[in-house]
Amino acid sequence: MTKTLTHLKRLEAESIQIMREVAAEAENPVMLYSIGKDSSVMLHLAMKAFYPSKPPFPVMHVDTTWKFREMIEFRDRICKENGLDLIVHINEEGVKEGVGPFTHGSATHTDVMKTQALKQAIDKYKFDAAFGGARRDEEKSRAKERVFSFRSAQHRWDPKNQRPELWSVYNTRKAQGESIRVFPLSNWTELDIWQYIHLENIEIPSLYLSEKRPVVERDGQLFMVDDDRMPLRDGETPEMKMVRFRTLGCYPLTGAVESEASTLTDVIQEMLLTTTSERQGRVIDHDSAASMEKKKQEGYF
Amino acid sequence: MAHQDDLIATDIDAYLKAQEEKSMLRFITCGSVDDGKSTLIGRLLYDSKMIFEDQLNALESDSKKMGTQGEEIDFALLVDGLAAEREQGITIDVAYRFFSTDKRKFIVADTPGHEQYTRNMATGASTADVAILLIDARKGVLTQTRRHSFIASLLGIKHVVLAVNKMDLVDYDQKVLTDIELEYREFAKNFGFKQIVSIPVSALKGDNILNHSENTPWYNGPCLLEYLETVEVDDDRQTADFRMPVQWVNRPNLDFRGFSGSIASGTVRVGDSVKALPSAKESKIKSIVTYDGELDYAVAGEAVTLTLEDEIDISRGDVIAGKDNPPEVADQFEAKIIWMSDEAMLPGRPYLFKTSNKMMPGVVTDLKNKVNVNTLEETAAKKLELNEIGRCNINLDSQIAFDPYDTNREMGSFIIIDRMTNNTVGVGMIDFALRRASNIHWQAMDVDKEARAEQKHQKPAVLWFTGLSGSGKSTVANIVEKRLFARGRHTYVLDGDNVRHGLNKDLGFTDADRVENIRRVGEVSKLMVDAGLMVMTSFISPFKTERRMVREMMGEGEFIEVFVDTPIEVCAERDPKGLYKKAKAGEIKNFTGFDSPYEEPERADIHVKTAEFAAEKCADQIIEYLEENGYLNANGNGQR
Repeated sequence: MTKTLTHLKRLEAESIQIMREVAAEAENPVMLYSIGKDSSVMLHLAMKAFYPSKPPFPVMHVDTTWKFREMIEFRDRICKENGLDLIVHINEEGVKEGVGPFTHGSATHTDVMKTQALKQAIDKYKFDAAFGGARRDEEKSRAKERVFSFRSAQHRWDPKNQRPELWSVYNTRKAQGESIRVFPLSNWTELDIWQYIHLENIEIPSLYLSEKRPVVERDGQLFMVDDDRMPLRDGETPEMKMVRFRTLGCYPLTGAVESEASTLTDVIQEMLLTTTSERQGRVIDHDSAASMEKKKQEGYF
Repeated sequence: MAHQDDLIATDIDAYLKAQEEKSMLRFITCGSVDDGKSTLIGRLLYDSKMIFEDQLNALESDSKKMGTQGEEIDFALLVDGLAAEREQGITIDVAYRFFSTDKRKFIVADTPGHEQYTRNMATGASTADVAILLIDARKGVLTQTRRHSFIASLLGIKHVVLAVNKMDLVDYDQKVLTDIELEYREFAKNFGFKQIVSIPVSALKGDNILNHSENTPWYNGPCLLEYLETVEVDDDRQTADFRMPVQWVNRPNLDFRGFSGSIASGTVRVGDSVKALPSAKESKIKSIVTYDGELDYAVAGEAVTLTLEDEIDISRGDVIAGKDNPPEVADQFEAKIIWMSDEAMLPGRPYLFKTSNKMMPGVVTDLKNKVNVNTLEETAAKKLELNEIGRCNINLDSQIAFDPYDTNREMGSFIIIDRMTNNTVGVGMIDFALRRASNIHWQAMDVDKEARAEQKHQKPAVLWFTGLSGSGKSTVANIVEKRLFARGRHTYVLDGDNVRHGLNKDLGFTDADRVENIRRVGEVSKLMVDAGLMVMTSFISPFKTERRMVREMMGEGEFIEVFVDTPIEVCAERDPKGLYKKAKAGEIKNFTGFDSPYEEPERADIHVKTAEFAAEKCADQIIEYLEENGYLNANGNGQR
């Protein structure tokens, strides 16, 4: 009696093993939830890993206050439906100072409302292990990151000083104040994620699917006017266009693509036929080749 | 991305269905610098159309900026990740790459070929089923080839591809391939590889990578990708004996008690008789629970939750196995270790050991030899340095269920963690259990430690004096002993004078010997405490790790660390044995404070300063501590 395990089954089993290991060994773990498709897969895997128990850790969303409205609704509903303990963290100092992408630019906004906010939250709740949905295929510098990625008490990542990681034996030890970022989706590719969402029928925000949305064209990219905080420049009038998003983040920083793909299979089909990789829609990554590595050293997830 | 392009456009559902049935293969590429590893992987990614247009644009601009191929695309740049290494032009760590064809998804571990990076290759090899060894057709089998083959074999890889690269530079000469293959087969015959396949390729030109090359009409074997798509690697795992290390006990409510884990090997069915180890308690599988419904059976590689018919005590760290062919249980092993830290491994030093589901303290009791990865010669060794491979005896604090690594990777592997830095400092592969483990049975004695202590009306403990040579350890210890003796206590002082000449006369002053010296003194102290004595030890004991080791040997409250804190200038001036003079003159080596470090205690139980106070006064301070902490109460025992 044997069975052939498909690649998705293997990836699933590996992710589950990683999550169980953290649940067993970390004192105060948390799952970082960004509401995107990778997070949706990660959450689904967490439901599987501990069934019939609920995941023995809370889910945390670092809210920059500039997310698409639909993301927030989706987040609250999914966590409720799955009976998960949701923590929402907002950098209140940033809010007080009025930090936002339009007033402060994408770099400052992301640093204050995302990078700093995440550090704040981890310090505040004293989380010693945080799951993230990053994948090694996303970006060159991530190809070498460990599944269990160690962070100093200052939240820094030292690429030169990573722990060797062999087999599926994970070193979860750390000193007081230090923490570990854990990436259960390390070995998944973007295509694996889409295939798994399709196979498992995982719900994702409909922002990934095309529909008529109000957008303006700015610097060669299409941005959705998600609320009235978006100041329109001279000559800009929102137009209704069939658009979808490849990645989800802060709406002023997330470019839309024009598309007719209004179902999941359409999206996968379009993605397979297209030739531009997923991160191009994210403003923050348009930088020098080593930018992601620098951001990680500074504590960006 | 062009898998079955037509199907994507015409019938996406059929395409997805087919894709979801793919299997997976993990492999490693190894070769020396300039053998073209990164180029090969870049080529596989490029040719299987796993590069998107924007990445391709970036690649083209990077190639012009820092490529080594002139105007042509430098595939290596696709693969080389971290900024630092891109500047140096070498791969310094393990990178994982992904590509897929219509048949399989592949995970590639790209590992560096540099001399000093044994640890990286071992890391990549630990999860790989196939190793691709790159050989430069012009250079043939080199020392590095031997090293890579040895490490691949050590980590349990059974399938090897000899990719003889740069065939374009030897005019695609068949003889070059045959000669290399013959030479390789001869020297790899003891490595335990099941299969060796040699393929003539040019990573740069693409020969025999995805398609058979017209340049090698004489070659009838598979091209590289064809081999990777078809090699069978995991059927053995499912037919092996059933093992599931328990990772997490699943208790959502009082009515459900399941054991969650990933099946390491074999197959388990509902109704199977199983045994939990190390307890050896038996039961039957009641159900195999998953989120997607209960299963009739599950196989190696699946992550499941098992429930049992009987309520037997099982916790994380245990292994559930088939009743009739369970793994061995032991706490002492012979194992091969690969050391991965700048700080050398010293036998006797305590470390943490972690298997796939259990962490426990332990020591390497004996380093039998180390292996030269280039010549495969075994030589005697006192310690294991970074990237060295040694054969050792290991003694764990608790028993584990295991299989030899060679038959079961999941059940025979462990990592070694430094207790101070928490870094992974080494990894190991179990060969077999040492028979001693099952033969020594501790006899529960009626006359025990409590009984002996009570008889002497005292609370036994060791006062561990640590400090520099000449700090006054022995002086103070002797005064304390006199005071205790005067009060009718049963005491003993262990110091260099009565230990170095007898018990430890075979030891010198290297780090390794210092560790062993302290270990023995610790063990003797432990026996004396067990005998009910109050022991004073007077040794420099410069390393924190060893002092902690002794502390952990003892029961709660039985180890009292006394830091005799005297500045080195004062010690050197006192110089009761004339040692500082000799050290200054260079006549003795490894002298603490000079060319050997002293690690001060951070939280000593008692801190005395002989430079500021007379020895008698320091002894007062210690007696006071003993009184305050209930060691000297009238009836002695039972005041903890």
